[in-house]
Amino acid sequence: MEEVLFFLAAIGALGGAIGVVAMRNPFYGVLALIVHLFSLAVLFLLLAAAFVAAAQVVVYAGAVMVLYVFVVAYVGSGESAWESIPGQRFLAPLLGAAVFLELAIAVLGSSLTALGTDGPDVKPGFGDPAAIGHLLLERFLLAFEASSVLLLLAAVGAVVLAGRKREERA
Amino acid sequence: MSIEWYVVLSSLLFAIGAMGILLRRSPIVILLCLELMLNAGNLALVAFSRMVGNQQGQVFAIVVMVVAACEVVIGLGLIVALFRRKLPLDVDELRELRG
Repeated sequence: MEEVLFFLAAIGALGGAIGVVAMRNPFYGVLALIVHLFSLAVLFLLLAAAFVAAAQVVVYAGAVMVLYVFVVAYVGSGESAWESIPGQRFLAPLLGAAVFLELAIAVLGSSLTALGTDGPDVKPGFGDPAAIGHLLLERFLLAFEASSVLLLLAAVGAVVLAGRKREERA
Repeated sequence: MSIEWYVVLSSLLFAIGAMGILLRRSPIVILLCLELMLNAGNLALVAFSRMVGNQQGQVFAIVVMVVAACEVVIGLGLIVALFRRKLPLDVDELRELRG
């Protein structure tokens, strides 16, 4: 059962990722990314990370993707077929394959003996909201506060970047 | 399912994202490919956290999500600002800062 779910979700994640890269219309790219994110949420559930999976669906597939859809609808789409760097279409997949090879060599070359196992047995509460909440608010309180400041800065920055100037408004 | 599968899948997704960034020129699609790479990193973090049997890797993944959300907000704000100033939405034509 677990294998079937893993392969289904992996196919969804890979297909979504390839869709993002291959779709000419950014709108379809955003939809492909939503498929990808849902498949990743299934993978997180298989890895006993219930809270991360829920956050993935609510925050990413919900909020962030709506933002993307709005901006794509506002800006419009379309990319010229003209290639400004000669050979870009052949070189880019080649370099992507090189990145994958390098990562694969790094994973295989690491002497992590636990990589081939399913991981240790975990307690039923592993990765549920209560456990993650305890970690966030006790051990990682500083990171939690810092990320809240970062979110505030991003919100202010977005308003400054995308807001109209005063003269324009009149 | 052994952890190796998840790590291999994550590196494959990362490579696809990197390829997309090299291949596409629309800034929106480049942001989407950045999301792909960040999510591949998240998958690796969660997989390793399962491998060690420790939840701290999942906290890492959540912090990465927060940073990704900030990056999206700023990136989309930049794209909207470019669009307002009627600049081309093509990273090869926006080369004023090139030395």
